[in-house]
Amino acid sequence: MTTIAPEDTGQEALFDATIAADERIEPRDWMPDDYRASLVRQIAQHAHSEIIGMQPEANWITRAPSLRRKAILMAKVQDEAGHGLYLYSAAETLGTGRDELLDKLHTGRQKYSSIFNYPTLTWADVGAIGWLVDGAAITNQVPLCRCSYGPYARAMVRICKEESFHQRQGYELLLTLSRGTETQHAMAQDAIDRWWWPSLMMFGPPDDESAHSAQSMAWKIKRHSNDELRQRFVDICVPQAETLGLTLPDPDLRWNEERGHWDFGPIDWTEFREVLKGNGPCNDERIGRRRRAHQEGAWVREAAAAHAAKHPAHPPHAGTDQEEAAR
Amino acid sequence: MTPHPTTPALPLGDDALILSHRLGEWAGNAPVLEEEVALANIALDLLGQARILLSLAGDEDELAYLREERHFRNVQLVEQPNGDFAHTIARQLYFSTYQELLYDHLATTDTPLTPLAGKAVKETAYHRDHATQWTLRLGDGTDESHTRMQRALDALWRFTGELFDPVDGLDDVPWQTLRDEWTTRITSALERATLTVPAGPRHGAWTAGGGRQGLHTEPFGRLLAEMQHLHRSHPGATW
Repeated sequence: MTTIAPEDTGQEALFDATIAADERIEPRDWMPDDYRASLVRQIAQHAHSEIIGMQPEANWITRAPSLRRKAILMAKVQDEAGHGLYLYSAAETLGTGRDELLDKLHTGRQKYSSIFNYPTLTWADVGAIGWLVDGAAITNQVPLCRCSYGPYARAMVRICKEESFHQRQGYELLLTLSRGTETQHAMAQDAIDRWWWPSLMMFGPPDDESAHSAQSMAWKIKRHSNDELRQRFVDICVPQAETLGLTLPDPDLRWNEERGHWDFGPIDWTEFREVLKGNGPCNDERIGRRRRAHQEGAWVREAAAAHAAKHPAHPPHAGTDQEEAAR
Repeated sequence: MTPHPTTPALPLGDDALILSHRLGEWAGNAPVLEEEVALANIALDLLGQARILLSLAGDEDELAYLREERHFRNVQLVEQPNGDFAHTIARQLYFSTYQELLYDHLATTDTPLTPLAGKAVKETAYHRDHATQWTLRLGDGTDESHTRMQRALDALWRFTGELFDPVDGLDDVPWQTLRDEWTTRITSALERATLTVPAGPRHGAWTAGGGRQGLHTEPFGRLLAEMQHLHRSHPGATW
């Protein structure tokens, strides 16, 4: 990507005006280097989260307790792979290819959402991920549909539609368990007990400690602060938990008439920072498995490239087949 | 307590159920992101077919989760472990080519399976095309991929004779014709991919067979243990 000096062209003024008018920046438009870098970082982290996030749920595909649930879960994990594809493509419009981003993921230079470093120990965890983790993701992502960068905003529209579908499925799974046998109910409660606090951490550190927030908001990449979104999520979940017949594990949770919001207890940011540093329960497993799949697949990717080079007239490249596969 | 329906929907449903399960094991492990989508897509198509077929034979979940190994009627090919990507592709090429021919035939007949076959034959044609394209890439890719693909084709060859053992209730299927056509198509795909059609026997004492009579291979018990454990741990529960 070449960046023409803005003072020569007045392009910086055009960029600022586009942002101020709430219009979209498109791939061919001039943009500040920092804006580009910030977007690549955010989109890559989002893409990595989708593909790492496949693991905790795929953990239950082979044990799903009914064929209907198995189909729903497989389709969900497939959607996540699809989201990864759109997001890596969105990053590519900014000049950074998928291979480079995957390499950064595999070598620990880019991160994915810490939530996926927690284990899925029972079937109810599949429901808890759908309800809470996808619910938190939607709360974070719906505003991104209005993000100033066009390709990212458009990818998010599609992703959010699918995520809300997943969230409803997770909720329905938990409702079935909660209203099922005593053991099933206990399984659902245990899952909520384990996933509630990590879900609240998904919104990132408190506003006064968030490293990237202020600039992202000025660029309209981000529209609401971490704490605002976290509060919005809590307010949505409390009545839903009640309908589910499950208890959120926070003794300080109470309605604050004055604020018009639910108050909630302190978040254990030490745990958040530890997991972020790599000391969560599954950090090594998640990244290890990702690297292993990539390494074990190297010969397949090399074969596809070699075949394409031998037969340039009829490129039987993976792309076309896969677009059909994703139909 | 377990029903033993004799309808041909059961063996065909079991084929789809078990192969779908094996493909589901790839989730998160595929060599490239596009293949995560493609393998899951094929697994979902097969699971959809399985659910329709098993529902023709009885209650889908009872049949999937509460039968013992000896009551499953799938061919042994579909229960074979995934192995490397070449083994998965070889298994899919052999099976999808067979399934497309069978469904193509059933779609033209007038049986309870006809509506399913008519819809599924399109899915199956895509599965076969996906496997054929990868067979080409791997066979005519690098030395390593060629060796791996040939090894996979050779290893699974002995499981292909059983595909054409007549299925109870499908008396009008011209099995020998299907088998000849299958051999022609596989030969053509492998030749285009610079691969060799395996030379070993497809029938005889040391070849595979018996899946349709409920005789399976050792890995199948572990597949069922994993698939059925949660459902069986909560008798009578709703999911």
